[in-house]
Amino acid sequence: MAEPVTWRSPHEIKRREFMRYAGGTVLTAVAGAGLGLALHDGRDGRQYFEDLANAETVTLPRYDLNNPAGPNRIAVVHGQAASVMVKAAFDTLGGLDKFIVPGDVVLVKPNVAFDRPPEMGASTSPEVLSAVIQQVRECGAKRVLVADNPINQPEGCFEKTGLGPAARAAGGEVILPRPERFTDLAVGRLREGDQVTGEPGEALDRWLVFYEPLRLATKVIGIAPAKDHNLCGASMTMKNWYGLLGGRRNQFHQAIHEVIADFPLMIKPTLVMLDATRILTRNGPTGGSLADVDTTQSQIVVGTDMVAVDAYGWGLLRRRGRPPEYLARAKRRGLGEDDLGLVDKVEFNV
Amino acid sequence: MSEPVPPAVPATEPVAAPTPAPETPSSLPAGGWLRVTRLRVLTQTFFFLVFLAAIWLTSFGRLRGWPTSLFLEMDPLVGLTTLLTTGTLYRAMLWSILLFVLTLLLGRVFCNWVCPMGTLIQFTGWLTGRRRTDQQRIALSRYRKFFQLKYLLLAVVLGAAVFGSAQNGWFDPQPTLYRSFTVGVLPILGKLGVPVSVRPHEHQFAWLVLGMFLLIVGSAAWIPRFFCRTLCPLGAFLGFLSRFSLARIDRDPAKCVDCDLCLKTCEGASDPQGALRKSECFVCFNCIEDCPYDALSFQWLPKRGREVTNPDVGRRSVIAAAALGALFFGISRTSGETTKNWSKTAIRPPGSVPEKDFLARCIKCDQCIRVCPTNVLQPAWLETGVEGVFTPVMNMRMGYCELNCVLCGTVCPTGAIQKISLEQKHGQGEWASVGPVTSGTAFYDRGRCFPWAMDRPCVVCEEVCPVSPKAIYTRDVVIQDRWGNPVTLHRPYIDPSLCIGCGICEHECPVADERAVRVTAVGESRSKERSLLLESGNTGQRAVPSEVVAPVGDTPFEGQDPFRSDEPG
Repeated sequence: MAEPVTWRSPHEIKRREFMRYAGGTVLTAVAGAGLGLALHDGRDGRQYFEDLANAETVTLPRYDLNNPAGPNRIAVVHGQAASVMVKAAFDTLGGLDKFIVPGDVVLVKPNVAFDRPPEMGASTSPEVLSAVIQQVRECGAKRVLVADNPINQPEGCFEKTGLGPAARAAGGEVILPRPERFTDLAVGRLREGDQVTGEPGEALDRWLVFYEPLRLATKVIGIAPAKDHNLCGASMTMKNWYGLLGGRRNQFHQAIHEVIADFPLMIKPTLVMLDATRILTRNGPTGGSLADVDTTQSQIVVGTDMVAVDAYGWGLLRRRGRPPEYLARAKRRGLGEDDLGLVDKVEFNV
Repeated sequence: MSEPVPPAVPATEPVAAPTPAPETPSSLPAGGWLRVTRLRVLTQTFFFLVFLAAIWLTSFGRLRGWPTSLFLEMDPLVGLTTLLTTGTLYRAMLWSILLFVLTLLLGRVFCNWVCPMGTLIQFTGWLTGRRRTDQQRIALSRYRKFFQLKYLLLAVVLGAAVFGSAQNGWFDPQPTLYRSFTVGVLPILGKLGVPVSVRPHEHQFAWLVLGMFLLIVGSAAWIPRFFCRTLCPLGAFLGFLSRFSLARIDRDPAKCVDCDLCLKTCEGASDPQGALRKSECFVCFNCIEDCPYDALSFQWLPKRGREVTNPDVGRRSVIAAAALGALFFGISRTSGETTKNWSKTAIRPPGSVPEKDFLARCIKCDQCIRVCPTNVLQPAWLETGVEGVFTPVMNMRMGYCELNCVLCGTVCPTGAIQKISLEQKHGQGEWASVGPVTSGTAFYDRGRCFPWAMDRPCVVCEEVCPVSPKAIYTRDVVIQDRWGNPVTLHRPYIDPSLCIGCGICEHECPVADERAVRVTAVGESRSKERSLLLESGNTGQRAVPSEVVAPVGDTPFEGQDPFRSDEPG
């Protein structure tokens, strides 16, 4: 019987022919083995979970400037016509053009949390939003972005609060919270140029943030309604930043004051505005009855220190008892002034 | 008329021999006791015994660093699938490169020399086909168009893998064989009295895993190597690689008399009587020995013209099948089990990676289930979506997670369950700031619990709770029973910041059917989305107040949150 296995080719084979014959084999073997070796993952669980915990995060830049009227200045403007009140309030801080310069991309962050008409006081007033956008545009802003991550369904919230139509009519762009627009944020670590400084918050370290509008923006203005809140007492300009976060924020209620006191650490906005043209005094933060809404004190409050603005705003809810703990916490951490005696308040009617 | 009568003498000596054969160095003898096919059977037997040893060693007390997942780690389809789903080749999966290169050089030798599933299937075919006539054998070993199905299955698997879903495990013979032995064969042996483990292991859906296994192996009684020829996606991948192989069976047409006897025991149905289909040939050498005319030989760099180089499958069908794989991924993810609609029963063992990564890595081999000492690990049905069928989940009625055990991550070939240390699992030492690995949280069903609902003492759950301080604590109450007698009861509570979700409370609960304390997946530490408690930012630690060093059983609740400040004015 002949040999069944021969290791020599039955026919003469030239080198060039062999290259042609075996070239593909050798290339595939080298490419496949090389790819496998190059992509080899030798990590054990220790390294895997360390890497997972240290996965890439984004940081926020500072959006704040020095308040030309002094850091503790807040403007309290009483009146009925939103556009007049907004202009007068900005002027009290030295004029909006000290904060917004031509070419800026400005994120305006209203509270759009609930699918309710504006009269219910559960969301920022569309007239105030509209007035702010107009003022910002007059300062030469290139784009005005309006964004929030509502609790209720986002499209419905923006339409039924009237904030979406008002933003578009005034020349703003609404950015809706699509999942791909969220990224993990290193809370408390702020970017100035190439430098990143700061420590994580007391309660928040890494958290999913609605990053897309923050990435595009060069300036940020928060506009919060003044509302009762079932757990933390009041929802005002500090709590407003809750709406830029995603993920399991229903866990925030386990340490609500720590979380809210982390917000002035997390974001340094250019300006914050408390919209008290309507005040939701009961059944907050959702409300649901016109009887819960106080329109008799119509005013807006503007400042650069959200703790100071909220310390003033607390009084508008006319409660007995201590102010929300998050104000004192923020003060203790040097994140703002909660003592109204130390706040430079300029108050008038228009 | 059963056997074709071979001519007494070879028909004619070839007039001009095409090759000057005689002096070629021959590696293997053709006849005699140690002929090539005998050597092959010995090799197959050896590897099958290695597999049996591996599955036997995959067990508490025997697993002393043996590479018991070796057949999974050398499987290049596992390698390719997880490379596509994760972009990496995990740890010992490097072995798959060896088989990849071997196949590129020599063709599908793995299928008929190594693969323990192939061995079992071949043996079954041999056992059940002994009464067949040569004609029947030849007819059963002719190539059929539907053998291309395996290439389409492979395309489906790879189509889903591109999007991050590892689905090779349904039919990939290595995971399937491990799974079938773990979930089916060994427990059955246990039921028949073989002492496989001290406390017999049982598995949900064993009937399904075994049914698939019996079909895979048993179909060989219908057509020899039916699974290998038709369905095996690993064989398809190796078959595709075989197009590059530098050696193959070659037929000398000058010697061949077209008797077709080479088909008699052809394992791959690869047309050795014509132009050899390289992608189908298992390199079993049967045809060479069956040929009465020495027309066949295994040759190095044979002529290209006498072969069918590529798999017999159309490009369009492959693209359509890959699209089907992508569609499978889309359909399964659309049901939401990996995102919003995740199941409370989808409890993954400690060390598991976040669910999306888990589905990218788990190949359903169930080695973790095999090694699990308490039987808590079970093959999933639809708990984690259609993608997760046969992947491991914890069922606390079957077992519980042993505190001082991390074996499942040790045997996992792809890192779906990571290899972690006990220190890391317990959250001690350098892991103290991270806290323990948790797989879920226990909750009380007070309507079913003795001290809560039936004035009867119990708290077995507190007794067995293995963490220190215990995650289960009690508040003592003195009540009057229905006859007016005072009874002191210890009513149990869970401290979710200490519970690790091991499930021993549920396992030991005497309310045997629907337990009075049950673990659900929420609170698992592998992903933030499924966490229960807000984690502290400064340390990344789960919010455990530092004063909690001992259970605070008797402390009554404070009436009012002191920080709540919105009393109506």
